[in-house]
Amino acid sequence: MSNTDFSSQNGAGGPPYANGPSQNPVALQPPGPGYMAHQTPYNPMQAKGPMPPGPGLYNSGPYQPIPPVSSNQALPGQPMLKRPPMGPQHSMTPPQSASPNPGSRIPPAHATPPPVSANNYQHAPAWQYGGTPPMGAPPSMGAPPPMAMPPLRPVGNHMTSSPSLATPQASSAEYRATPPVFHNAMQPLGPPTSLQGYTQQGHMPTPGNGAQVPNSFDHLEMGPKMAGPLPPQQPGPPTRHMGLSYPSLPPGYQNTSAPPNAATMQHPVQPSTQPYSHPPPYQQLSAGPAQLSPSLSGLSLQSQTPEALRVVNLLQERNLLPLGPVTPPTPCLPQDLQKINCHPEVFRSTLTSIPQTQSLLNKAKLPLGLLLHPFKDLSQLPVVTSSTIVRCRSCRTYINPFVTFLDQRRWKCNLCYRVNDVPEEFMYNPVSRSYGEPHKRPEVQNATLEFIAPSEYMLRPPQPAVYLIVLDVSHNAVETGYLDVVCQSLLENINALPGDSRTKIGFITFDSTIHFYNLQEGLSQPQMLIVSDIEDIFLPTPDSLLVNLNECKELVQDLLRSLPQMFGKTMETQCALGPALQAAFKLLSATGGRVSVFQTQLPSLGVGALKSREDPNQRASAKDIQHLSPATDFYKKLALDCSGQQVAVDLFLLSSQYCDLASLGCISRYSAGSVYYYPSYHQQHNPAGVECFQKDLKRYLTRKIGFEAVMRIRCSKGLSIHTFHGNFFVRSTDLLSLPNVNPDAGFAVQMSIEENLVDMQSVSFQAALLYTSSKGERRIRVHTMCLPVVNSLSDIFAGADVQAITCLLASMAVDRSVTASLSDARDAMTNASIDSLTSFRTSVLTIQQPGLLAPACLRLFPLYILALLKQKAFRTGTSTRLDDRVFAMCQLKYQPLAYVMLMIHPALYRVDDLTDEGALNVSERTIPQPRVQQLSVEKLSRDGAFLMDAGSVIYLWIGRNCNPNFLTQVLGLPNYAAVPLNMNMLPELDTAESQRTRAFVGWLREQRPFFPILHVIRDESPLKASFLQNMIEDRTESALSYYEFLLHIQQQVSK
Amino acid sequence: MEAAVFILSLVDCCALIFLAVYFIITLSDLECDYINARACCSKLNRWVVPELVGQALATVLMLVSLHWFVFLLNLPVATWNMYRVWKVPMGNMGVFDPTEIHNRGQLKSHMKESMIKLGFHLLCFFIYLYSSVCV
Repeated sequence: MSNTDFSSQNGAGGPPYANGPSQNPVALQPPGPGYMAHQTPYNPMQAKGPMPPGPGLYNSGPYQPIPPVSSNQALPGQPMLKRPPMGPQHSMTPPQSASPNPGSRIPPAHATPPPVSANNYQHAPAWQYGGTPPMGAPPSMGAPPPMAMPPLRPVGNHMTSSPSLATPQASSAEYRATPPVFHNAMQPLGPPTSLQGYTQQGHMPTPGNGAQVPNSFDHLEMGPKMAGPLPPQQPGPPTRHMGLSYPSLPPGYQNTSAPPNAATMQHPVQPSTQPYSHPPPYQQLSAGPAQLSPSLSGLSLQSQTPEALRVVNLLQERNLLPLGPVTPPTPCLPQDLQKINCHPEVFRSTLTSIPQTQSLLNKAKLPLGLLLHPFKDLSQLPVVTSSTIVRCRSCRTYINPFVTFLDQRRWKCNLCYRVNDVPEEFMYNPVSRSYGEPHKRPEVQNATLEFIAPSEYMLRPPQPAVYLIVLDVSHNAVETGYLDVVCQSLLENINALPGDSRTKIGFITFDSTIHFYNLQEGLSQPQMLIVSDIEDIFLPTPDSLLVNLNECKELVQDLLRSLPQMFGKTMETQCALGPALQAAFKLLSATGGRVSVFQTQLPSLGVGALKSREDPNQRASAKDIQHLSPATDFYKKLALDCSGQQVAVDLFLLSSQYCDLASLGCISRYSAGSVYYYPSYHQQHNPAGVECFQKDLKRYLTRKIGFEAVMRIRCSKGLSIHTFHGNFFVRSTDLLSLPNVNPDAGFAVQMSIEENLVDMQSVSFQAALLYTSSKGERRIRVHTMCLPVVNSLSDIFAGADVQAITCLLASMAVDRSVTASLSDARDAMTNASIDSLTSFRTSVLTIQQPGLLAPACLRLFPLYILALLKQKAFRTGTSTRLDDRVFAMCQLKYQPLAYVMLMIHPALYRVDDLTDEGALNVSERTIPQPRVQQLSVEKLSRDGAFLMDAGSVIYLWIGRNCNPNFLTQVLGLPNYAAVPLNMNMLPELDTAESQRTRAFVGWLREQRPFFPILHVIRDESPLKASFLQNMIEDRTESALSYYEFLLHIQQQVSK
Repeated sequence: MEAAVFILSLVDCCALIFLAVYFIITLSDLECDYINARACCSKLNRWVVPELVGQALATVLMLVSLHWFVFLLNLPVATWNMYRVWKVPMGNMGVFDPTEIHNRGQLKSHMKESMIKLGFHLLCFFIYLYSSVCV
């Protein structure tokens, strides 16, 4: 069980990993037929199918397996593994006083594995790129012995019973720091009965073992390693073999292990060199077999082109969209490393093969950057509790699966290459409950995991969850009727707010004055305190405005019930948002927390007052869009103050007129908040908007939240981050200050290559997010990603991730439009596609053909760029409200990749003929999977119904001659004319068609944290225009069609 | 008169050199993570206008004393200083903006700019010194 759980956590078993440019044999078909060809030659679904992770995988790919360099590899299935625990080791145990932690004893369970690993692991490696079959894919071995391959298993919170553990007590095992009761070390062979838990301090290894004690057998084993092909630097778990056996190995043991190691024994013994005391310089590595990767890929390129590089003539091949979702390319890493690599949904790079030098990167003309979704809700997350968190001493990198273990005692950091000591506690492996296998610890087996941080990681006691609701109650606000929804939502979810017994809550309302609410325990009803001096704001009763939610829940509920009526007859139209925010900041600055601001109009009073800057008549005709940057620095300054005090401000903008989101948005942008925007919100006139607001609010109130967070993004020496995108404040070169972090926030960074990466096989990136959970626990979530380094342009192109590139370009273009101008940004995006295709044509293609040629992995690039140019954020010539545009820009920078892609390039499905063929089965529901259509009116047929998923909105377009069956069975309507102009619901009918459609829509909605409204539209619907605007491949008055755009690019490319 | 002008310029130039060094030190502190962006920017923004004034003073002094060559040497720098202050977007917190200084290599370009200014002021310093001695 845990094995599968675990791999799904890491995504190893999932399609993204099984499908990659390097392993895809389907790819080698000739390019498809004509322009209108309906069948794509490249069928990703085939590749997506379950591929056995077995040895055959690499063989089938273009990357040829290398024959084993020596035959001395110990197979992980040796008989000796079944050896009973040995006693003699314990006889070597020094007196307890010698151990650093005198109170602790060695649990008998220690006796089992170490010597085994010592012998067995010595040559277990996948340092051969391309994977020598048996070694490259250990899990595919018939029966991996439990010791050699301890089942990967989440620990901590997720740890469950494990069949592979020897003792029946295993099920109760929990990974925790409290010292368990240990048996006396003097009963070495006793069954490990009372081992209830795992503690790190408790496990003191024998100081005399391993490296310190000379043992001829060690030398026998280590000699060949030095002389042989094993490069110590090559990252990867198998390289972390433990060459040191325990000094007390009984001779019989050694004999057992001898047969598989026969070749090892025959190697010349080099007793004089202590191999690992002098880590060899990098130059030496280049001669090692690990170096084979680039040259190997080079070789394979000559023989056969990987699928990613298959040349596609974009002018001829029209049907480029894959049938299902576009999958990210798989980095060309050894399979065992790739298996544990960070999941692409969490951590994704625009180039999955990192160029060796900046000049090579410049030549490729592709942006290099990372896209992160660090706080994503994960179904499986290993949590580790330990007293010491192992980190590199110089660069503070957390130990991760891509470090190299030089021997049992030392590991080499994969980011700065410093050699560090392995702390004593780390020698015990809680998963296999064995000693001496630091390379099998969960920290080293998982690219994504979470630590419970000890007190060193706190500057102050962890803050409680503090929520402050700031509500606009001016006439305009009351008119929209949003107060009802907010108060109702809060009432419903008040028990679901994340927090513990310390959770605090407070309320502020404002119009031209600021109203505070005294909710002190003991009051019979909430007391409203009005501060009318908005020039110099102060807190009337600082202590009783923020109250403990549990103690004062009734007062809070009272207030929430009465609030909507309180301002029912207000005539105050002014709104002093700035002073209200200052008051909120003052209120929260002692503790930190979350401010949720609900605003419905342009702030007009006090500091931070804004003037309307938009001229509606200029919307469509203006040559260049003005006013994309903030009008005042007030909100930015306040946001930075908030950020300093760990206060985040989330902005809900519900308005019908211009609100200057460009200025207001700063308050959330720099305090790591989120922005929600509901244009034309009105309780009666816009019921769809109300539903959407309700659903979003529910998610917002109940979703996970991390307080007082910081995130550091580290990367291998030689790489550096030069630009950040997202909502946060960059406090120092690689440290993002995030007063709050939420699971729906995405981040992007742009990287540059400062030093040449010539000697490196791979580079790693690590994002570490330190936060306080709503339960007051300090936690660190660490994600590590490893990517290969390549030195040829074709390899760079082969590893290009078109979706990530598009998202990063979109973020860059947003910056560009704010600092320079929108037309500049548009030009830059077009040039990005022209330049990269030119580079591909001139540098990678050997045979010049006519047409617009792109590698298969970038075949969607021009389409996505065109989609970006037609996106709300960047489009010109169409009437777009300034706030809509600015909000789209915010979303492009702040949303995680998956949602951004839908915003850029919506998915179109035909839904009138849904079948269960190829359907997904998710928790007993059957979800049909129609194929994705091109975004062109030509694909719409009058006798069908089409669903367009544009991220935050879903359109269901009904053709005029739509199948009456669909109308009656799904929409519950007699005929086409009966389709109402405003329809936002699918009726719950008891028909198979209705169930299928609703399952599909529901499934689409489940996949994102916000709630997309469904609009059922027909030809007469007012929303038809916005539906058609998403038809990216078609020509509009002001923008090119896809084919025209391709011709334009081709013209530029062949210049 | 002549000597007084040059001695005044010399003093002004010294101040500008110190300022340039201060800018470099503060920026490199930020680079090495000794101070945070907010502190760094508020420190530096305080000195942007004094620097502008000092540079303008030197330029004007050279103009009134009719030293055309030195005036023309100083003019571009003075213009650049003013242009830089003038083009700060409305929403930014000054020439040095803490939210942007780590983006798009701004830190590096600020550093480069300060270095160039340091060199320029050193050159001016010797010109003034030479001129005042000659006079």
